[in-house]
Amino acid sequence: MEIEELIDNFEFLDNWEDKYRYIIELGEKLPLLEAEYHTDEWKVQGCQSQVWLVPHKQDGKIFFKGDSDAMIVKGLIAVVLSIYNNKSPSEIKAVAVENIFAKLGLKEHLSPSRRNGLLSMTEKIRYYAEIL
Amino acid sequence: MYNVENIRKDFPILSCSINGKPNIFLDSAASAQKPQMVIDKIVNIYTSKYSNVHRGSYYLSEAITEEYEQSRYSVQKFLNARSPQEIVFTRNATEAINLVAFSWGRRFLTKMDEVLISEAEHHANLVPWQMLRDEIGFELKIFKINDDGSFNCEEFCKNLSGKTKLVAITGMSNVLGTVFPIKDIIKSAHEVGSKVLVDGCQYVVHHPTDVQDLDCDFLAFSGHKTYGPSGIGVLFGKAELLDAMPPYQFGGDMVNVVTYQSTTFDIPPARFEAGTPAIVQAIGLGAALEYMMNIGMNEIYEHEQNLTKYMHQQIKNIPGLQEVGTAPNKGGVFSFVLEGVHPQDLAFILDKEGVAVRVGHHCAAPLVRRMGHESLARASLGLYTNKADIDAFIRAVQKAKTFF
Repeated sequence: MEIEELIDNFEFLDNWEDKYRYIIELGEKLPLLEAEYHTDEWKVQGCQSQVWLVPHKQDGKIFFKGDSDAMIVKGLIAVVLSIYNNKSPSEIKAVAVENIFAKLGLKEHLSPSRRNGLLSMTEKIRYYAEIL
Repeated sequence: MYNVENIRKDFPILSCSINGKPNIFLDSAASAQKPQMVIDKIVNIYTSKYSNVHRGSYYLSEAITEEYEQSRYSVQKFLNARSPQEIVFTRNATEAINLVAFSWGRRFLTKMDEVLISEAEHHANLVPWQMLRDEIGFELKIFKINDDGSFNCEEFCKNLSGKTKLVAITGMSNVLGTVFPIKDIIKSAHEVGSKVLVDGCQYVVHHPTDVQDLDCDFLAFSGHKTYGPSGIGVLFGKAELLDAMPPYQFGGDMVNVVTYQSTTFDIPPARFEAGTPAIVQAIGLGAALEYMMNIGMNEIYEHEQNLTKYMHQQIKNIPGLQEVGTAPNKGGVFSFVLEGVHPQDLAFILDKEGVAVRVGHHCAAPLVRRMGHESLARASLGLYTNKADIDAFIRAVQKAKTFF
């Protein structure tokens, strides 16, 4: 799903319950990350749940697959990946992810004081954009 | 008669709303909220009594030094130590344990010795001993607890020997809630000639504590868990032990005679309080301990035990909830997992309902793994917790279940 479509969909959700249920749904639809990648090598350092992120570069664009053992976190990963997937490294660097999360009403999940691994994940994405 | 509703009025933060909901604060084991009298004390010091301690011969310095040392008396009274000289102010319990490791440990432990700790230790009472072991070469022994989280006397005794020079043990587990029989442990350890350090962080908040009766050699606790400010902790050490220990940090306020070439050090506790201490925090801690003693530690204990029983009855009614740590002798710390719900997801939803619980490894990662988990949710009680908090918690957990 494109992020624009996601932002539109979020606008119809006016309470946190519906929003969280929708995020959980997004997580359930996230393409499978094969078991072989559930290793420390692909782990993003997060304190309270496990998060994995695997990049793949093709024709100058970077694609990511991600997973978490927590469902809401997995849904948030789906949101993050819809923002970053299929972009060139310079496009990735130009993304203002905080603004998008603010628009979605999910700003708190990117806060450094929330140790859920999402902030580290966006940092890791930018790191991959740098080195790949 | 313990009037929890009146006590709650002493804690202004409890009447703040969180995400539009009443504040259901069930994370006191991580850090407790502060009563108004502690807040007032801090404001009062900064407003009318502040300057540095142990310095000038002027009114403000004398006034604040008196407050600071008065606070040491409050700690002495709280622990029933023999004298205020046995009370060292530190940043927190972690620093207090590090002080013992790197002052007493470096001086008195050799590679022939053993240090014995339990499986249930917080990182603060595990990592310093690992580091010191790597430096000195002694053996660090870790005795097993039972699967329900209770103390295993056989395992403890099996590991205790004439080689044991220190037993470092928690009084109450921050993950399992298990209250360890520290008096018996100390007695056994002393019989083989070992010293005992008690990590009292969780224990002293919930139990009357008498270091003379326990006969412990060292006891560490943190001020922020005893309704006092953060940034202040306490090391109790028997006077003869502190006397024999070298300083741990060097600088101002801990010296006797200083020349360019050499220095002699002050007697304890000043020897261990290098530099300007956390003055206002120490004074705030004194106020917090007086607050607790005024309510009565026995009364607090009774109240929390009643709530612990109530919590047990209530969580039994939640299908799929598994309590981790079910020792018969247990305080108000409830770690649990909920079938099909990751603790992190649970915490997100509880937060929206105004309920604060902690999730993760609780700074005791080996213990959480030993109990068979990667991550746990934990609800913990304090002297201000009431049945309504527990009811709201139960409702929020039941709501969370509907999401998955």
